[in-house]
Amino acid sequence: MKANCWTGRNSVEVQDVPDPSILNSRDVIVKITATAICGSDLHLVDGYVPTMEKGDILGHEFMGEVVEVGPGISDGDLRVGDRVVVPFPIACGACASCRAELYSCCENTNPNAGLSEKLFGHPTAGIYGYSHLTGGFAGGQAEYARVVLADANALKIESDLSDEQVLFLSDVLPTGYMGADMCDIQEGDVVAVWGAGPVGQFAMDSARVLGAEKVIAIDKENYRLDMAAAQGYTTIDFEDNDVRSALLELTGGRGPDKCIDAVGLEATHGASHVHLYDRAKQAVRSETDRPHALRQAILSCRSGGVVSVIGVYGGLIDKFPAGAWMNRSLTLRTGQCHVQKYMKPLLGLIGQGKIDPTRVITHRLPLTEGPTGYDLFKNKKDRCEKVVLAP
Amino acid sequence: MKTDIRSTSRLRQDPLVRGLGWTSALLGVPQVVAPAGFARTLGVDDTSRHRSATTAVGVRELAAATGLLGRPHPAWLWGRVGGDLMDLAMLTRALRNHDGRGLGRTVVATAAVTAITATDVYAAVTRTRRSTPMELTAATTVTQPPDEVYALWKDLERLPDFMAHLDEVRVTGPRTSHWRAGAPFGKEVEWDAETTQDVPGQLLAWRSVDGADIDNSGEVRFAPAPGGRGTEIKVTLRYELPGGALGRAAARYFGEEPHQQLDDDLRRFKQIAETGEVVRSEGAPGGKRARREFPQHPARPLTEDELKEALA
Repeated sequence: MKANCWTGRNSVEVQDVPDPSILNSRDVIVKITATAICGSDLHLVDGYVPTMEKGDILGHEFMGEVVEVGPGISDGDLRVGDRVVVPFPIACGACASCRAELYSCCENTNPNAGLSEKLFGHPTAGIYGYSHLTGGFAGGQAEYARVVLADANALKIESDLSDEQVLFLSDVLPTGYMGADMCDIQEGDVVAVWGAGPVGQFAMDSARVLGAEKVIAIDKENYRLDMAAAQGYTTIDFEDNDVRSALLELTGGRGPDKCIDAVGLEATHGASHVHLYDRAKQAVRSETDRPHALRQAILSCRSGGVVSVIGVYGGLIDKFPAGAWMNRSLTLRTGQCHVQKYMKPLLGLIGQGKIDPTRVITHRLPLTEGPTGYDLFKNKKDRCEKVVLAP
Repeated sequence: MKTDIRSTSRLRQDPLVRGLGWTSALLGVPQVVAPAGFARTLGVDDTSRHRSATTAVGVRELAAATGLLGRPHPAWLWGRVGGDLMDLAMLTRALRNHDGRGLGRTVVATAAVTAITATDVYAAVTRTRRSTPMELTAATTVTQPPDEVYALWKDLERLPDFMAHLDEVRVTGPRTSHWRAGAPFGKEVEWDAETTQDVPGQLLAWRSVDGADIDNSGEVRFAPAPGGRGTEIKVTLRYELPGGALGRAAARYFGEEPHQQLDDDLRRFKQIAETGEVVRSEGAPGGKRARREFPQHPARPLTEDELKEALA
């Protein structure tokens, strides 16, 4: 089959690889009907996530039709022909973390848990197409994929919603939603969102669905800010404005009640000297992540507010504003998305028309043009917001 | 997940080692506090050279006492042997150059030091082990109740499913079993084991019987986790690692880190208990062999040949 493979830093190739096969009894194989490129795939391509190997298949946002079922799956759960969306973190559903709905912290699904335990203190779940640190599972930017512990993970789609309407249940929609959910939004809340990429857009939509009074988008790409403005959100271009002052102005001097970092470790900064400082430290590996958005969110948030982090961080950061965080009683909440917790309620919201995930799609390409998709998305060419690939 | 590793110090309870430690202390104190008097007792002149030599010997004795009583190690015993030889050399010189006064006392002292030397050599030789006793502990929590977890572990023939180095466990009787395992550097070791304790739902303990390639013993304790969170499992393994500290360092160099292995073994036991089997990825298709597969297979499906090998 054809698959999008990581072949080195800034290098993605479509390669011919063997078809997947059942390795565990509760596996299923799906024929992929739609898959997408995620912002976090760019962290892999840009070389910020260690333990990638040449030839790894990328992709953790995918859906398709079940074509083979492992012997450990009962007919009541999944059958050949079922249409399923696959969440990006692999959960067992049985360990203490899964029972607490902390699916991305599953204790059983990462065969390389010893590695992730060394880096993170405790192991984290397996993730498709996302380095060997998260297990070395083949990704979903391919014609077929193996779904692990499928009966505990795959979400059956039994309605006639289109692939494009449900595909993002695999990652970006629940991730944005969890960003807003962790904010514990109250009546009258102003929510500021750093990053107007797909996850940021869905965090904004979710904040509104959860009752935010005002939603503010912060980015530097005008077309992404336009996309947010079209939904009625207020925008701040951080290249032309001091973000903290602009936020104070928009909130009567209070600062936003809730702040969402939908940027993560590859942030850019309006002030070029600050950006250069972190870029240089990252280059010599004295910090691995550039936390501008996080720093700004902490300094901007009103006292007692919540800073919710869904942008990906991988290692260490410098100059974390611990004084602001501690002295002003801020709450910091975060996590890789616990997708399995949010899929069904979000499927309901999509069905009711309260959230339209298709609004972020700007490019539809065949799988074989995957490398072009990466180039468009990474370099923000042709007003690229979200690339969907079809095998 | 928590693992610990240490060499057990049997020397701390060893009466001979402790006795030698106290001997050092009892000799060292007067040598340092009253070197002139001590030299006279040996029948040696009270010259400043003799006094400072006596003080130096006293400091050495006190160092040996601190080592043997505080952090006993065979090196301290060999240190004592070296010290004895120095003392004998000095006493021999004293005898040769003796002016006659107190000669008897010097002869007695020389005889005493000779006896002590023999004791020290005996202690050093017998307490220096060719293998290092190792103790590994690891702990994890699984969601099932203790009875179920105990029952899963008691099925000894399933141990090789999650313990990376075990190739086979065969139950040979109600309390006996035969174990076959891979050892560092591609060697294979076998032993018979007997169950020494079996408290349903709480404890399983075993040890290898005489004639094992590597003497070993172990126990697993099962206790209810607080807050109804299932079972806390604590594993302790003790074994005589061949080749001593050098062998251990060499094994580590070749990627056979024992405590990491036990940690991973327990992680896989948890996977079996909670999900039914060991999870395989394309990068680590060999299940329990995952750690030995670095650099791993790329995260892409396996060819038919690779698949056969991985599932073998």
